[in-house]
Amino acid sequence: MIAIIDYRAGNLTSVARALQHLGEPCEVTADPNKIGTAHRVIFPGVGAAGEAMGNLRASGLDVCIQKAFEAGKPILGICLGTQVIFDHSEEGDTACLGIVPGRVRRFPGELRENGKPLKIPHMGWNRVDFVGDHPVFRGLPQGSEFYFVHSYYPSPADERLVAGWSDYGIRFCAAVAYRNLVAVQFHAEKSGRFGLQILKNFCSWEGRDAQ
Amino acid sequence: MLSKRIIPCLDVRDGKLTKGVRFKGNIDIGDPVEAAKTYYEQGADEIVFYDITASAEGRGIMIDVVRRVAETIFIPFSVGGGIRTVEQVRAVILAGAEKVSVNSGAVENPRIINEGARAFGSQCIVLGMDVKKVDRSAKTPSGYEIVIQGGRKYTGIDALRWAKEVENLGAGEICLNSIDADGTLDGYELELTHLISTNVKIPVIASGGAGKAEHLLDVLTQGAADAALIASIVHFGTYTIGGLKEYLKGRGVKVRRQW
Repeated sequence: MIAIIDYRAGNLTSVARALQHLGEPCEVTADPNKIGTAHRVIFPGVGAAGEAMGNLRASGLDVCIQKAFEAGKPILGICLGTQVIFDHSEEGDTACLGIVPGRVRRFPGELRENGKPLKIPHMGWNRVDFVGDHPVFRGLPQGSEFYFVHSYYPSPADERLVAGWSDYGIRFCAAVAYRNLVAVQFHAEKSGRFGLQILKNFCSWEGRDAQ
Repeated sequence: MLSKRIIPCLDVRDGKLTKGVRFKGNIDIGDPVEAAKTYYEQGADEIVFYDITASAEGRGIMIDVVRRVAETIFIPFSVGGGIRTVEQVRAVILAGAEKVSVNSGAVENPRIINEGARAFGSQCIVLGMDVKKVDRSAKTPSGYEIVIQGGRKYTGIDALRWAKEVENLGAGEICLNSIDADGTLDGYELELTHLISTNVKIPVIASGGAGKAEHLLDVLTQGAADAALIASIVHFGTYTIGGLKEYLKGRGVKVRRQW
């Protein structure tokens, strides 16, 4: 069973629907026992980092996620879930879970591309260039695009943790791989066939083989 | 670099498409779920459902349609039409839509924008604007006015001022529909689209007037739109979404070409 962590960060049913479509048993839950017995954990979410961290701490789910990580369970972060696993987010100057070393930064206010100002949030489909050969990111064609909605982006302390790069005025980290954890800034559950491929790969990944 | 989005719009009444959609082979599809699935497979970047149902009973059917669409396609989709309360926003989002589009409801009660954004995030709230060209005046300095009730009622609200206001209230996106261009198949209202798109920081979806591939090219380049809403040109089988994207790509517009 895959536990989808419910910490009141937006609507989490779309991740569950995508897994059901793939025939993978899953449950949206805030119950530490269920998360403790799950084989895999997905940590999704949309919203603001400060509020998310407040909810995680108040419910004890922060400890629960840390434990799941230390137990070696395969973990997949998505969007806000990806951001709060780092040490710190510039959004509301928030101390985060500190599972992956690094920070979350805001896109600079005056981003430009070919002389034209770029809009924030970064919303829509953008290309991700995966690096290395991580099992969760296998089978994706060169130049495949994914659906993003965000104003902040992860910036791992060590560039070797970056599993995928994307470009929006600046080059930024769109996918992370760290031990038994992978995390994506884009919405894999809303990124069509290639997003489903990532979810499917995650469901058969044992949490090893990361660089 | 972001791709420009191509978004088919499906009109629904009582859970059925109001006009059939014809794909290759001229098979008329009346089921919004089937039509959404076909556009998803054809490479639509997003799908918009516009619910013109009047009755409460019909609205319940729409929620069921939303649920079935969410189980079938795995790209963002939005639902609009007659949404006036945060409870309605909630019902649509929980049924599986990524976004909700509010239009007249926001003109009558702008608080629905910030309450909706607070509950589900700005990315969920699309502000639909129906706009008509008018004489410039003290009330409408941009020369464009917000209209409601399908263009029958003028509100006295300047379109540019309203766009900036809804951005401040927390709308995540604007779907900008020109009532003058809508249904003409003569092309989008480029001047209006450019005016709004370059004066707000949130993405603008251009709507109304698409009849040919070059209209999309014009609105995504000269009009500075982030996305183009299309209806008849794909519903009647004149173009496929893939064909439109191929055309745009050939003219230097970045579009998503693998799906």
